[in-house]
Amino acid sequence: MTMVTQLDIETDLTFTADEIMTIVASRELSDGDVVFVGIGIPSTAANLARLTHAPKVVLVYESGTIGTKPTRPPLSIGDGELAETADAVVSVPEIFAYWLQAGRIDIGFLGAAQLDRWGNLNTTVVGDYDNPTVRLPGAGGAPEIAFNARKTMVVLRQNPRAFVDHLDFITSVGHYEGHDSRSALGAAGGGPSIVITDIGVLRPEALTNELVLVSLHPGRTIDEAVSGTGWELRIADDLATTAPPTAAELATLRELSGS
Amino acid sequence: MRIFRPSTRGDYLMPTITTLRDAVAEHVHDGDTVALEGFTHLIPVAAGHEIIRQRRRDLRLVRMTPDIVYDQMIGAGTASSLVFSWGGNPGVGSLHRFRDAIEKGYPHPLAIEEHSHGGMSVRYSAGASGLPFGVLRGYTGTYLPQHTNSISTIQCPFTGESLAAVSALNPDVGIIHAQQADRDGNIGFWGILGVQKEAVLASRRSIVTVEEVVDTFDSRVRVVLPSWVVSAIAVVPRGAHPSYAHGYYERDNSYYREWDEISRDRNSFDEWLQHHVYDTEDFAQHLAMTPDLAGV
Repeated sequence: MTMVTQLDIETDLTFTADEIMTIVASRELSDGDVVFVGIGIPSTAANLARLTHAPKVVLVYESGTIGTKPTRPPLSIGDGELAETADAVVSVPEIFAYWLQAGRIDIGFLGAAQLDRWGNLNTTVVGDYDNPTVRLPGAGGAPEIAFNARKTMVVLRQNPRAFVDHLDFITSVGHYEGHDSRSALGAAGGGPSIVITDIGVLRPEALTNELVLVSLHPGRTIDEAVSGTGWELRIADDLATTAPPTAAELATLRELSGS
Repeated sequence: MRIFRPSTRGDYLMPTITTLRDAVAEHVHDGDTVALEGFTHLIPVAAGHEIIRQRRRDLRLVRMTPDIVYDQMIGAGTASSLVFSWGGNPGVGSLHRFRDAIEKGYPHPLAIEEHSHGGMSVRYSAGASGLPFGVLRGYTGTYLPQHTNSISTIQCPFTGESLAAVSALNPDVGIIHAQQADRDGNIGFWGILGVQKEAVLASRRSIVTVEEVVDTFDSRVRVVLPSWVVSAIAVVPRGAHPSYAHGYYERDNSYYREWDEISRDRNSFDEWLQHHVYDTEDFAQHLAMTPDLAGV
């Protein structure tokens, strides 16, 4: 009991942008969800959820590790600890065909370089494809995750270079051109259900599926969100304030990250 | 061009256990389509260095995740085209030689054939199955089909669903790294399995580097490639460094971070290339210059 009290007293409750993004993302996961995660905030958030409110969350990495339970956030999606702590290790063709494409993933968890108001993602190129200004790494597993997971979550810092009015390249489809255009493409999954930024949270509006600001993180303003967005950002009527990170969330996250 | 037929048992009744130098000299030719596979684990880095050392040119390089080893091969000028689905330094950032080739055409232009991981894995599976193409549910709505000729669509003859079709991959040479070969030349590996089995079975010839030759496979071996599907085996301890070999050594994360600095600048890359590849006899000499190797 004294340990817990000490932890509470000693945990610095001020938080970084990465910390609030990670914590908000972890809260979005429910116990038992099967989550397809990439490296970085998605991986850390899924592990934080597993170590806090969702002990039965199932982590799946595209390297073919299913139900993995790493003690530290991996640097790459193929770190040895992922295989050692997994319930099953399968090949890359199998993870994409039997597990993702067949519909066994509840939540796909994605980052990107750029996103538009429909939650479409660009990780391929800035500028002209054949004569790029910036060549990005490319698709990886994201297009199939975005297409086939039951829903997706996106984590991305909000600034005008990332939140753009027009994508130079659609690598992964979100709500495509809005309304029901995504399902008209034949996408099996439901698309982005939430976009978590360093400023707040966006969700697709009913019917139009346009991303609107639904929550601001503590201390952030509507002006910051608007100026961080390259299109005319719409604000939800019932705009909320994100619940601040708890001492337990911050302590667990910092222990997990080794900071 | 002949239709792909796999090597038969008669072709490679017993793979040659040889040096990596001889294996590359015999099986990798200028202009070949060459796939080095290993998904973050068991990456055949030593083989990549040997291809650079023997100054192969005009290769069509295939790899799902061109990371450090392809950054080196592209920067050294071995490739005229690249087939891939994700080109980055995992957990670190950009591949600078890869970007320099695509953005600035240095050291010479690099044509790209770009896919997603799902698409690439289906292409390998189709190639290994002797089929001309494979199908998947994906690519729709993305811009990839506009730029990549090996992506098309096909209608399911049973349900009418429109699906993505991708052409099969059948490299001239498939190269992988494995933990073990037994004395009969069978190949065994475990841990993260990637697409290595498919890459070998889809290719006309194959080279496998291994950590060691054993009398009996480790009980952890999960995938066995029978000797007669392998063209040549070379024993190269730590041949996957800076990636890892499960049960042998860990991933050298600091090397991935350091590569960012080495590769950022053309001159520092050229210096590295001269010192670590052209001036060395083999991978062991390069490793000897690499301090603080993480062990198991």
